[in-house]
Amino acid sequence: MMKRLFARAVLALSAFLAVSPSFAAGEGLPPDELVRTVTSEVLTIIRSDKAIQSGDFGKMLALVDEKVLPHFDFRRMTSLAVGRDWRSASPAQQERLTTAFRTLLVRTYSNALIQYRDQTTEVKPLRANPGDKRVRVNTEVRMPGAKPITIDYSLEQGGAAWKVFDVTVAGVSLVTNYRGSFGDEISAKGIDGLIASLEAKNKSLEAAQGGK
Amino acid sequence: MKKNIFSASAVLLLVAGCAGAPAEDPLEPYNRAMFSFNEKLDNAALKPVAKGYKAVTPAPVRTWVSNFFGNLQDPWIGVNNLLQGKPADALNDLMRFVFNSTLGIGGLLDIASEAQMPKHDEDFGQTLGVWGVKDGPFVVLPLFGPRMLRDAAAIPADWAGNSPWSQPYENPIVHDDTVRYGLSGLNAINGRANMLGLERTLDEGTLDKYRFARDFYIQQRRFNVHDGNPPLEEYEDFDSDEGGDAAQDTGENP
Repeated sequence: MMKRLFARAVLALSAFLAVSPSFAAGEGLPPDELVRTVTSEVLTIIRSDKAIQSGDFGKMLALVDEKVLPHFDFRRMTSLAVGRDWRSASPAQQERLTTAFRTLLVRTYSNALIQYRDQTTEVKPLRANPGDKRVRVNTEVRMPGAKPITIDYSLEQGGAAWKVFDVTVAGVSLVTNYRGSFGDEISAKGIDGLIASLEAKNKSLEAAQGGK
Repeated sequence: MKKNIFSASAVLLLVAGCAGAPAEDPLEPYNRAMFSFNEKLDNAALKPVAKGYKAVTPAPVRTWVSNFFGNLQDPWIGVNNLLQGKPADALNDLMRFVFNSTLGIGGLLDIASEAQMPKHDEDFGQTLGVWGVKDGPFVVLPLFGPRMLRDAAAIPADWAGNSPWSQPYENPIVHDDTVRYGLSGLNAINGRANMLGLERTLDEGTLDKYRFARDFYIQQRRFNVHDGNPPLEEYEDFDSDEGGDAAQDTGENP
């Protein structure tokens, strides 16, 4: 049961990484179209790239870096994950937190994305009003023998581009779900303690996974 | 024996019903210990077997197996929908079972989903939740893993409902013990195989995987009890200068 639930989380966040607009022309697309296009584009590359499938993690990171990262609002995501302590962090601390959290998410879920590349995602028609600056794009991932997993992407419009700032898997926000453990770290060791923990975690991931 | 299980669950149910406050994990030290015990057990037993199974079984076969066991759960899902006052959903679940069991070749194929009869996710724990039983504290059970206390109390009913072949007493469906244990074993191994790799992501992606898993689980259960329509999350803007504490975050029961 637990495992199944966590599967949803993994699927979601990995799809999440696959989701952002990967080309400037995407700026004109409505958010649901964007999710559909980019998810399928990134998954197609992973499914056909033998080097990535056989464990060339550096190449996977490069793919995510090129196609995905520029279109994420990691600062927003990090502030949501940290919660109210974000306000008491200095700009320099916020910068380091954002970098460290981004690295953690990218490393973890790039890996998961490779593992779950064969799942199919259906993007539901968008329910939003014209002029909305924040929308939620609903998708479903089919799993045999189980109810489809709902994965909702929250996007905000900043300037011309839509950016993903959260993903909700089966009703649970993966970003704010970090808030509990981040809060624990901060009460025990302060904001610098959280930064140190995240950076140490990233170091150990880099050592284990390779790739830069 | 059976009687004991049921009276134990009645006691649990009572406790769950009394525990008013939402779970902030009063059992945490025990839970953490059991969480890591389950993990060790999984590493030593179920995970290696699931890996072997995945290695020797083609993906379509694993899909059939998942569909087969998923199909056997649909009647119980329907019963729970009925108990929750959703007869249309219950009818959908019954029709799924009928279609998939026949045209879907004993449930190997999920043709009902193709025919716009969606799969649901219901269990007796959710039914109790709909009836107003509070979820109670979060508890990690040996072997079964994480539950809300309310859902732990529902395990005997859910077990019987979800795996009708496994019931030992004068089982009307499966008479042969070997078949019975075989099915249960296959169900467990196939289910685990579907989740391989997750523990790695949990290891890699979190600072404290117990905490992450627990928070995720608790919110997920609440979402399910509300059939996917809990109050929407408000996103606070922590970057703004206004003290925007008004819009508070996720997860509290309405």
